[in-house]
Amino acid sequence: MYTSSDLRKGLKIEIDGEPYIITNFEFSKPGKGQSLYRCRLKNMVTGNAFDKTYRSNDKFKKAPLEERKMQYLYNQGDEYHFMDTKSFEQYIITREQLDDATSFMVDNMEVDVLLFNNNPIGVTLPMFVDLTVTQSDPWVKGDTSGSDTKPVTVETGYVLQVPPFIEEGEKIQIDTRTGAYITRVKE
Amino acid sequence: MNIQRLTQRAAIIQAVRSFFIGQDYLEVETPIRLPALIPEAHLEPLTSHSWFLQCSPEQCMKRLLAAGVPRLFQICKCFRARERGRRHLPEFTMLEWYRLAGDYNDLMEETTALLQAVAGQCRAKGGYDDRVIALLEQERWQRLTVAEAFERHAPMPAAQALAQACFDEVLVEHVEPCLGLERPCFLCDYPVALGSLARVKADNAQVVERFELYLQGVELANGFSELTDAQEQERRFRQEASIARGQGVSFGPAPRNFLADLAMIDTACGIALGMDRLVMLLTGAATIDEVVSFTPETL
Repeated sequence: MYTSSDLRKGLKIEIDGEPYIITNFEFSKPGKGQSLYRCRLKNMVTGNAFDKTYRSNDKFKKAPLEERKMQYLYNQGDEYHFMDTKSFEQYIITREQLDDATSFMVDNMEVDVLLFNNNPIGVTLPMFVDLTVTQSDPWVKGDTSGSDTKPVTVETGYVLQVPPFIEEGEKIQIDTRTGAYITRVKE
Repeated sequence: MNIQRLTQRAAIIQAVRSFFIGQDYLEVETPIRLPALIPEAHLEPLTSHSWFLQCSPEQCMKRLLAAGVPRLFQICKCFRARERGRRHLPEFTMLEWYRLAGDYNDLMEETTALLQAVAGQCRAKGGYDDRVIALLEQERWQRLTVAEAFERHAPMPAAQALAQACFDEVLVEHVEPCLGLERPCFLCDYPVALGSLARVKADNAQVVERFELYLQGVELANGFSELTDAQEQERRFRQEASIARGQGVSFGPAPRNFLADLAMIDTACGIALGMDRLVMLLTGAATIDEVVSFTPETL
């Protein structure tokens, strides 16, 4: 159990059987008044957010969250299949829950899956992934249009801006937090 | 830690000190470790070898008033457990001043004079937050009663908020952010239940002569016409102590010597001002962390 004085930005608590993360936190105490803990809480499954002010005698349940290493196997439509690398148990996560992560996931990639009461609710990707460029317009030498980047498509279908010298079939490294190009990968 | 801010902090404290010395106030030092504290419903003291670290220097300063010091001020450390936030530290610096005679109206005027003198020094030195200096240099400071402020800014009247036990929430969420934006604002005349040490207003028994000063939505100081009726004070202490006990908080035995001395004071008024917050405002700091040498997390 947590008490109000444990509340802070980033803390994960359970409310009505759902996991929430505190995304904003402010301690207030009007003169001669009581301590108030003003929180913005985001539901970690639905993404819905709300504001709530707690008092010093409120208690909170720790959200039973667990992170496990899993291998991404394949997807069938909107269902993405993962396998726990220790127990070999398989889990399905929907595209909606994965959100932007699908832009950077390739078969057999190892990821951290976040589980709430043994139900997967999200994944954390490696910070950097190497993906193959599947579509790129050739760079015209002497192009004077002034732009120093061009758009390319990688194997997951994700489109990003890269330097003009990147060609189709090459591997590039991408930062999964920002989705930005980092460098060309030499095989 | 920000050395430039520490330098500015020292200059602000110096300006405060010269103001009071210029007004014939005696600077005092009183014990910060005490066997019993003034009970307050929503404070939690820190203990030290079965005694307590002060939440405010009020007790000893009022005893000095009773002993015949007519005007006194102190800049000292105060301690309040579990208070940590953008504007709170469990160990912080308080400025308090007390005087015999006079009431909260006199205090509001004196607070204005003090802060305008400090603002003048800051303007002369340069490098402080110009908007806050301009705010303090406004000629007419606002006075708003709690009832008026709730009428203007809150979704319900103050009496209703009190009855529904959500006064603090409504105050923090709806009222405070609107106070002291165009000019400094004294929020005054608090409901009796929220002024344990303040005198009841002569023409309205529902409120006490207590005020809080707000600047840019930040609560900076709390002053009142002192309650000097020792019996009434003891009755209110018992009330406050019983609320605190319900939350498992003790302030030690009733402060007998304080109550005995209180009976010797005729009329008095006093005020507490958060020095760290004053420095925050004048230096444009976003958090209290930026204006102290070390926070508990860095020790």
